[in-house]
This record gives sequence, C-alpha cells and structure tokens, in this order.
Amino acid sequence: MTPQEQIFALFAGIVGILTVATITGQVLQRRQHDAQSNPVIENLNARINSWWAMVILVGIAFICGKTGVIVLFAVLSFAALREFVTLTYTRPADHWALLIAFFAVLPLQYFLIWDEWYGLYTVLIPVYAFLFMPIISILRRDPQRFLERVTEMQWGLMICVFCLSHVPALLTLDIPGYEGRHLLLIAFLIGIVQMSDVLQYIWGKLFGRHKIAPAVSPSKTIEGFAGGVLSATVLGSGLWWITPFNPWQAACLAFVITLMGFLGGLVMSAIKRDRGVKDWGSIIEGHGGILDRLDSVVFAAPIFFHMVRYWWTV
Amino acid sequence: MTQILAALFTNVIILLTRMTTAVQAHWIGCGPDPVQRIYYANHASHGDFVLIWTVLPPAYRKKTRPVAGADYWLTGPIRSFVAINIFRSVLIDRQKFQRGSDPISLMSNAIDAGASLILFPEGTRNTTDTLLLPFKSGVYHLARKCPEIELVPVWLANLNRVLPKGEIIPVPLLCTVTFGTPLKLQPDETKIDFLARARKALLSISPEASMENETSK
Repeated sequence: MTPQEQIFALFAGIVGILTVATITGQVLQRRQHDAQSNPVIENLNARINSWWAMVILVGIAFICGKTGVIVLFAVLSFAALREFVTLTYTRPADHWALLIAFFAVLPLQYFLIWDEWYGLYTVLIPVYAFLFMPIISILRRDPQRFLERVTEMQWGLMICVFCLSHVPALLTLDIPGYEGRHLLLIAFLIGIVQMSDVLQYIWGKLFGRHKIAPAVSPSKTIEGFAGGVLSATVLGSGLWWITPFNPWQAACLAFVITLMGFLGGLVMSAIKRDRGVKDWGSIIEGHGGILDRLDSVVFAAPIFFHMVRYWWTV
Repeated sequence: MTQILAALFTNVIILLTRMTTAVQAHWIGCGPDPVQRIYYANHASHGDFVLIWTVLPPAYRKKTRPVAGADYWLTGPIRSFVAINIFRSVLIDRQKFQRGSDPISLMSNAIDAGASLILFPEGTRNTTDTLLLPFKSGVYHLARKCPEIELVPVWLANLNRVLPKGEIIPVPLLCTVTFGTPLKLQPDETKIDFLARARKALLSISPEASMENETSK
C-alpha cells in the first residue's frame, strides 16, 4: 500500500468504529423506555458526536499535510494554554509575560518545528522561556506570591506548548525507509493514546470495582486501567503495518505511551482536584476542555518522540 | 456605509471575544428570553459589556444598549465611533456637578423606546480586592421610573484578568457570564434596602460566593 492508501485505510477503520459506536449509542438511547433520561448514555452519545467532530478535524489537517498538522496543534496548544492559565494564580503584573507566552513563545515553538530546527525547539521553553518569563514578570516589581506565579506559568508552557508540540515534531524525524509516511506515526500515537482512554472508560464502566486513586480521580479503576492498557497494547501491535516498527516493537511502544497517558491523566486530575474543578473547560461537548481530551497525549508525546528518535532515526 | 462598517465591526469584535475568552453563558436564574430587561453587572474592565453582548441571542443583541460614561467614551474619534455606532451606548455624564442632561431620563427614554440596558451600578471599574464596590443610587432611581422592567443580575468572571485596567492587549483566558434571578423594585422598598438587595443578588451568583457556600457545608 502507498502511504496515502494506508492513511485512507486507517481513517476508514476509524469511521467504521465510530459508526458502530454511534449505532450502539442510539440503540441504548432508544431502549430507555421511561421518560427519565440516563445521564451516562447521554454523556456517551455526546462524547461520540464530539469524536466525529475531532476525527473530521484531524482528517482535514492530514489532507493539508505538514503545515495543516502544525497549525492544528498550534491552535490546540493555544486553547489548552488558555484553559491552563485560567486555573492558575496570576496578577496584573504578569500581563506582559502572559502575552509573550501566548503570542510569542507559542508561535515561535511551532515555527521552529515547521523549520525542523531540533536544537532550538528542544530548549526554547525549558531554557529560554524558563529564564526570561520570570524576568519579564519581575520588571513590574510585584513580588507577591512570585514563585507560585512563575512556576505555574512555566508549567503551563511546558504542558500545553512544549509537550504537545512533540506530536507534530514527529514529522521532522528522519527515519530510513519511512519517507513520506510520517503522518501515520502521528496517527499511531494519537490513535493508541485515545483508544486507550476509550478502552479504559469501557473496561471501567463494564468491570470497574476497585478504585485506583479515589482521592485523585474517582472514576479510574484498576480493572479499567489494566484492561485499557493491555487492550490498547494489543491494538498497537496490530497497527505495526503503519509504523516503522515490527509487531513486537509496536506493542512495546504502545505499552509505554498508554502507561504514560494513564499517569498523565492522573497528574492532570490532581491539578483539577486541587483547584476544585471537574473539567478544564467545556469546549468539547461531553468531554470537557481541550486538556481533558489531550492530558494523556501531552505526557505520551515527548517520550514517544525521543524513543523513536533514539532507536529509529539516523 | 456607516451601518455596514458597524455590522462588520460587530462581528469582528464578537469573533475576537470568543477567541480570547471562549465565553460561556450560564442562565441560572432566567433564560435568554426576548423580554425587555435591565442587566446590571459587576464592572472590572472595558470589555465587560462586550462579553454580555456576545452571549445574548443576535436578534436580542440589537435591542440591548450599554450605559457608559460620556467623559471616557467621547474622547477621541475612534472611541466615539465604537461607543455610538457599534455599541449604540446610552452615554451619561458621570460628573455630578456639571451634568448637562439628567442621566436617569436618558436611560428611561431608551427603555421607553424599547431598548434593554446593560449597566454597571458600581459606577466605575473595580480594581480593588473586594468582590463588588457599593452601588451608586442610579439603578434605584431608574427602577423607580420604570417599575415594570425586570432587573437581571449578571456576574462576569475572569474578565478583570483578561484585560486589567490600563492594559490594551487582552490575555486569552476562559470567561463566564452568569445570569441570576430577575428582581423588581417593591412598592414600599427604600433606596437603601433596594440597593442592598440588588447587590446581594449579584454577589450570590459569583463563583467566589458559591465556593464559600461549598466550604461552609
């Protein structure tokens, strides 16, 4: 198969899965005889509808190629950072630092990825933003809760911009024998991490008995975690044909990214708990905010990127 | 020509507002019904009424006019154009001793002409650490002049962080607009009682207030 045919086959598979999910959701909805609506089924259907929207959006970006994917992730970073900063403590003195984070650091990071300048996009936020953002903040001479303000801002940039930008950064990797097929690597990463989330949700809803960390995330169960991670690993191994990996390697990588995704979800849940909110936002019907959908991708992307870069590039 | 330009500007402003704030409306005390109303809100930024305006249904938006200070908005041609042609503000003079025209009549005339109003009873932008400044008495006098119009408390959350006083470029942050239960002036209600009741109704829908309720439970 040519790369185009592979992408097409993959999207056809996703559309097939979503069609089955939509039909199942509608059947469950119809079976509710009483006038009372079931919030779980309503949320399920809202989620499925939003999945359609997200898949179509990613599909359009894929058709537009490298630039389309980079623009898509820059916009996602913007929306994610907007959600993140909303929950942090800021003071009027941080205004310029925040403007620079949104309108200078973020576009520059994605430009460097488009420019494939690995040496700079790897250090832009961890080194340069890390040092210069607090400098910009302190120019306004407001020391109140300063460490808290600058660390939260840096965390927001790391999570929402630096980590997330490692998804399109996969396009810059030079993998022998894999030329012209990099979009499939992104599809593999996003597909496995998202399927793992969905599978954890399904396993948890069907068999979940023992809560894994009730104080952090009341909905996560041991059964959901184990079932989700293992079935996503099997799925990842089955998708080896779209990657530069053999089935065994694909399974290992899928295992690592689903594990990172799960742990990332826990970390991000802890932040939400601490700030007293259930979701990061409400932009995606049924799912919450952008960060609610991308928390696991954020934690998996840089690790996946560096594993592929270390073992598969020249 | 001016109308086309104003319509274009309106849509650009609403688009930019949504991109910056992803504003969400919470109609908890009433719905977005096509009723003539006086919306009164907390005031922290010049973007305040744009936010309320953005979440109103488009047909109704055209009939809703903000009440703003003439002393600020009539300084300079761009501000005047924005205030008069785009927002169709009811511009009142805040300087007590040099009022050319009575601000209450200006507002009630607009209501008689069928408009809904957005007003900020604190009188000025709140830059203090307190949630809400004491109300000026204008809202009481207006309620007495138009007793049949319902007053809707509107809480704007986070916009003070998006555009703090003195800043020009907004920082993108999520904002919410919460609409509370409408109230009307009671026949025998005194000025002090009414202002206290209206202020309390507004405070009760602020996220800060609901957070306090939760911790005290």
